[in-house]
Amino acid sequence: MIGGLFIYNHKGEVLISRVYRDDIGSQAADSAVFSSSGPFLGERLGGSVRNAVDAFRVNVIHARQQVRSPVTNIARTSFFHVKRSNIWLAAVTKQNVNAAMVFEFLYKMCDVMAAYFGKISEENIKNNFVLIYELLDEILDFGYPQNSETGALKTFITQQGIKSQHQTKEEQSQITSQVTGQIGWRREGIKYRRNELFLDVLESVNLLMSPQGQVLSAHVSGRVVMKSYLSGMPECKFGMNDKIVIEKQGKGTADETSKSGKQSIAIDDCTFHQCVRLSKFDSERSISFIPPDGEFELMRYRTTKDIILPFRVIPLVREVGRTKLEVKVVIKSNFKPSLLAQKIEVRIPTPLNTSGVQVICMKGKAKYKASENAIVWKIKRMAGMKESQISAEIELLPTNDKKKWARPPISMNFEVPFAPSGLKVRYLKVFEPKLNYSDHDVIKWVRYIGRSGIYETRC
Amino acid sequence: MPAVSKGDGMRGLAVFISDIRNCKSKEAEIKRINKELANIRSKFKGDKALDGYSKKKYVCKLLFIFLLGHDIDFGHMEAVNLLSSNKYTEKQIGYLFISVLVNSNSELIRLINNAIKNDLASRNPTFMGLALHCIASVGSREMAEAFAGEIPKVLVAGDTMDSVKQSAALCLLRLYRTSPDLVPMGDWTSRVVHLLNDQHLGVVTAATSLITTLAQKNPEEFKTSVSLAVSRLSRIVTSASTDLQDYTYYFVPAPWLSVKLLRLLQCYPPPDPAVRGRLTECLETILNKAQEPPKSKKVQHSNAKNAVLFEAISLIIHHDSEPNLLVRACNQLGQFLQHRETNLRYLALESMCTLASSEFSHEAVKTHIDTVINALKTERDVSVRQRAADLLYAMCDRSNAKQIVSEMLRYLETADYAIREEIVLKVAILAEKYAVDYSWYVDTILNLIRIAGDYVSEEVWYRVLQIVTNRDDVQGYAAKTVFEALQAPACHENMVKVGGYILGEFGNLIAGDPRSSPPVQFSLLHSKFHLCSVATRALLLSTYIKFINLFPETKATIQAVLRAGSQLRNADVELQQRAVEYLTLSSVASTDVLATVLEEMPPFPERESSILAKLKRKKGPGAGSALDDGRRDPSSNDINGGVEPTPSTVSTPSPSADLLGLRAAPPPAAPPASAGAGNLLVDVFDGPAAQPSLGPTPEEAFLSELEPPAPESPMALLADPAPAADPGPEDIGPPIPEADELLNKFVCKNNGVLFENQLLQIGVKSEFRQNLGRMYLFYGNKTSVQFQNFSPTVVHPGDLQTQLAVQTKRVAAQVDGGAQVQQVLNIECLRDFLTPPLLSVRFRYGGTPQALTLKLPVTINKFFQPTEMAAQDFFQRWKQLSLPQQEAQKIFKANHPMDAEVTKAKLLGFGSALLDNVDPNPENFVGAGIIQTKALQVGCLLRLEPNAQAQMYRLTLRTSKEPVSRHLCELLAQQF
Repeated sequence: MIGGLFIYNHKGEVLISRVYRDDIGSQAADSAVFSSSGPFLGERLGGSVRNAVDAFRVNVIHARQQVRSPVTNIARTSFFHVKRSNIWLAAVTKQNVNAAMVFEFLYKMCDVMAAYFGKISEENIKNNFVLIYELLDEILDFGYPQNSETGALKTFITQQGIKSQHQTKEEQSQITSQVTGQIGWRREGIKYRRNELFLDVLESVNLLMSPQGQVLSAHVSGRVVMKSYLSGMPECKFGMNDKIVIEKQGKGTADETSKSGKQSIAIDDCTFHQCVRLSKFDSERSISFIPPDGEFELMRYRTTKDIILPFRVIPLVREVGRTKLEVKVVIKSNFKPSLLAQKIEVRIPTPLNTSGVQVICMKGKAKYKASENAIVWKIKRMAGMKESQISAEIELLPTNDKKKWARPPISMNFEVPFAPSGLKVRYLKVFEPKLNYSDHDVIKWVRYIGRSGIYETRC
Repeated sequence: MPAVSKGDGMRGLAVFISDIRNCKSKEAEIKRINKELANIRSKFKGDKALDGYSKKKYVCKLLFIFLLGHDIDFGHMEAVNLLSSNKYTEKQIGYLFISVLVNSNSELIRLINNAIKNDLASRNPTFMGLALHCIASVGSREMAEAFAGEIPKVLVAGDTMDSVKQSAALCLLRLYRTSPDLVPMGDWTSRVVHLLNDQHLGVVTAATSLITTLAQKNPEEFKTSVSLAVSRLSRIVTSASTDLQDYTYYFVPAPWLSVKLLRLLQCYPPPDPAVRGRLTECLETILNKAQEPPKSKKVQHSNAKNAVLFEAISLIIHHDSEPNLLVRACNQLGQFLQHRETNLRYLALESMCTLASSEFSHEAVKTHIDTVINALKTERDVSVRQRAADLLYAMCDRSNAKQIVSEMLRYLETADYAIREEIVLKVAILAEKYAVDYSWYVDTILNLIRIAGDYVSEEVWYRVLQIVTNRDDVQGYAAKTVFEALQAPACHENMVKVGGYILGEFGNLIAGDPRSSPPVQFSLLHSKFHLCSVATRALLLSTYIKFINLFPETKATIQAVLRAGSQLRNADVELQQRAVEYLTLSSVASTDVLATVLEEMPPFPERESSILAKLKRKKGPGAGSALDDGRRDPSSNDINGGVEPTPSTVSTPSPSADLLGLRAAPPPAAPPASAGAGNLLVDVFDGPAAQPSLGPTPEEAFLSELEPPAPESPMALLADPAPAADPGPEDIGPPIPEADELLNKFVCKNNGVLFENQLLQIGVKSEFRQNLGRMYLFYGNKTSVQFQNFSPTVVHPGDLQTQLAVQTKRVAAQVDGGAQVQQVLNIECLRDFLTPPLLSVRFRYGGTPQALTLKLPVTINKFFQPTEMAAQDFFQRWKQLSLPQQEAQKIFKANHPMDAEVTKAKLLGFGSALLDNVDPNPENFVGAGIIQTKALQVGCLLRLEPNAQAQMYRLTLRTSKEPVSRHLCELLAQQF
């Protein structure tokens, strides 16, 4: 159970502090000698809580060594933190909680805040602190996470402050029945003139490749995001080319198996939005649900087999004496020529004693960025089955250090209009028994976006 | 200089620093730094020569980045180039970079040294100053090697500027501190001394620091500095506050120099009379000045003045020759005792502590006793209270001992926990040392135990018992007092210990009083029994048996107590053993025997009070003022303990009298805590003539043990293998690799060296008869260092415990260098067994723990009883044992030359009888014997057939038990 939640800025000043339980802080007091607390602490914090707050600042935010573990134990108090740009969110507990649950909650919290006021920045948090406290009261009760569905929250926590007073009694009771009812994520009586839904398959592909082109590790983590504008209480059924489903169906008709056998993908693991009926998925492996209104993430999945790698990076590094380095990098696009990849960026690390760089590239723009110790090569667009090349001469300054350059991997960023895992949406059927619109009346849009995650090639 | 106008600018640096200060996050800062580093790298690339200004700017930036905590691995060359610049600002930045960044093993060190040499040789004082500062702030050994010879020359050269001399003196001091061996002593030393006469007070201050440090190592070379220092000091002290201008600090003339000069003088004994007069004058002036009203209300003024004063007082104490000055110093300190400044009070108490040890000022210090006692009670700061306690201890003598001890006792009730033990020790020592009558002493110590029982260490109450035992006149009083003290509803365990011991010894002295009649005494003690720890209970049991001797009328009651199940079957072996033995002793032995066994303890030999030793240990060498006792109190001839031995109790040699040496052991009336049961039994039977813990000689004991025990005697105890005496096997390491080999050596012999390495030699001597054995282990310390925590233990791996009972006696925990200790093992074979017990030896040698695990040379064949029989009998039995599993046979190659005589000896050593004329082949050997165990006997026949041609043996063994046959066969086969 989460004992408290703090939001810090990059200086370690507390912007938001919400304490749910009394147990935190009392022991953390012994952990270290603390300097005076930040200006945002105010009078709200009791002495013992302040110690927990300070303990995190001293031991994590201002730690001499960068703290890489997201969980820190200080004086038998656990701090779980996530960082969004310069903002630290820390959940504090004294108990042995489920760490995955806490992080899931923190991510959800970020999503909720982003849904309310956009980017999570110090400025935005300061401007919305009343709202944030209101949200925190709602989504966490005595340290137990509650309904954190943005759509549901937005019905009763609004940014227009006093609007709730104008709500009729009926509306209020409707909210209550929805939030406490069986389908907490959707209210009844939604009506749209046009029944429309959007389906986005967003994937990020991760790769580590050896200089010789051997795949050392590769996986795709994907999300299916749905935006629905449907009337009533529609029952949806989502189908994709999941290997297990295809094979099950293929048993009846042998020819279909051979036809679609290559098309199916093996999903390693997946998680669903709470609206999906898990029992049905377990028994029939079919994904059926009543969607929330608006945008939500239907499922998340991960695959590791038969990944289509959109780009291949071929590095060539040659050290010429102690003061010169020649680098040549070729990238090859590996998908249908009709498709266009976008926002391509190749980052080639340079040694720490680089004193000058000359770059020649055939396509796009390349620049040596000293502040990042890398050559950044950007290409706006690139079609499939093409090839492009960059070559650079790096001058080095002789140093006292005998340490050899560690040769960090070349990394890449891009965006492609297909799913590198090979996932295909086969159908999304909508049934609304009460209102009389059928599956055919719903306008459906499907989009695939593949992005690079950590896409690295050693050189 | 043009550089100054431009150098002050360095706009690029200012911009860079403000950029970094404005960075919002760590990442932004790192980006900015990376960018700057790349920029500097491109500038340093060497395509175009940089002018001095930009070089300086970039080196500055690098320095700043380094100070922010980032690694810098270039730019050193540029910095070295800056050193050879002619502009001050550039040179300064170069030196700054080098003293911060260059590590001693850099390749550039030669270039740097060269640049420094050039600057030292230049006559420009600022450059010389920069070079000297660089040397001092690097201060490495390499720097010392390069410049230790040069700097003294600079220091004593006639034309060196004052500021350079100052730097040179401090630089030399720094080099001398890091590597004293590299600074050569030479004729410059005498000229350095003359710097004390220098016009410039800064030079004098620097030189004084240097000379003080040098004089501590080579007092002879700097002896001349004393008179110079004194004259300099007198000039300062007598000067008016305005004379020294820059060197007057809040109306005090040159306070730091004065302090340093006074320190320097503390390196030497009092000078010859002429100089001494002048010095005394100075010191008097300083003391006089302390009396003057302050010239300023500022705290700096009084601080500076007091610094000089305290240093003067420590010089006075150091000389310890001017009674007048000492007394004055003491009076001055007395004023400070009530000063409102806590620091001053602390310092005053501390200085007084040393003053108290001087014979001249001891009396003067004593006059402040009330103030000090007051300080002890009312002071807020614990460290000041601690000093007050120290001072009270130091000023104590016969005249005020009673007052001080009672005050300290009173303070003890509220004292801080941290210093309680120390105060307890101090009270105990003072009470003992200055005791005029011993009843007061006994009262004090009992009070001490009552007030701070937890903090009273063993030594303290041992010491009371020693003194009470040695002094006839105090025994009755002591018995009465402890009896009264024990009547308190809750009394400390230490009190019970003292009470138990004293009543057990001298309870008869107060038995005449009906209020303290023997039954009352007993019931009083016994009412505390259940509340006490095991050690105290053991002591009380000894008291009870003594009561039986002293007061025969209590015998029935006490026997009932001893017989109670809670004693006789106590889970604690020690208590159980005592209860059983005392019960038997009281019922078996006649009153004469009892009276002899339980005689009053003989007096203890005189020795230094161990409490004193403990206090010294606690405070570290030299800290306790008790060390100065001899000088302070020459009239008291009994500093060692204050117990004058009375003629009637001239110390008798008693092996158990080493009361304090035993430390952890209870008083000597009780046997050593972990004595083996069997051994104690022998003590009791053999013991009428001996002191309880004085064991009989091993031989006698061995013989007496072999006599058939009377069935009702507690010999039955032996059947219980007394497991509690052995530690669990889990903390025993595996046997050393050669343990098996070592074991094999002992299969056929009983005596020899079991193990030997550089530290330790273990010898074995053993005797076996029937199923019993006794083994003597001799542990010889081969080093010259004492072994600490020496503890050999015997472990039974597996279920050996049920097969073999081994009882060990504990040996002394310390083994002196070159000494040998002996351990006796009583062994009883209960059943046949296969694996030998393990011997684990642990000790600390020079601080490192050593552990060693050996196999104890006890094998089943040790319990062999040879049997003679005729050939016919032999064959008859041989046939009876003809089942295949009863026979074990082995054919093996000879490892040793085949000699009939040797083989015969080995077989005899193995334990079997050799039967001649049994085997038709005279080359063959035939033996027979019975293995005696407590539970059963195993008959055993063996036949060994040597084959000289093939160098092979065939060994056949038949016994009534299959595992025994195989095991014996294995054992014996390895011997040939």
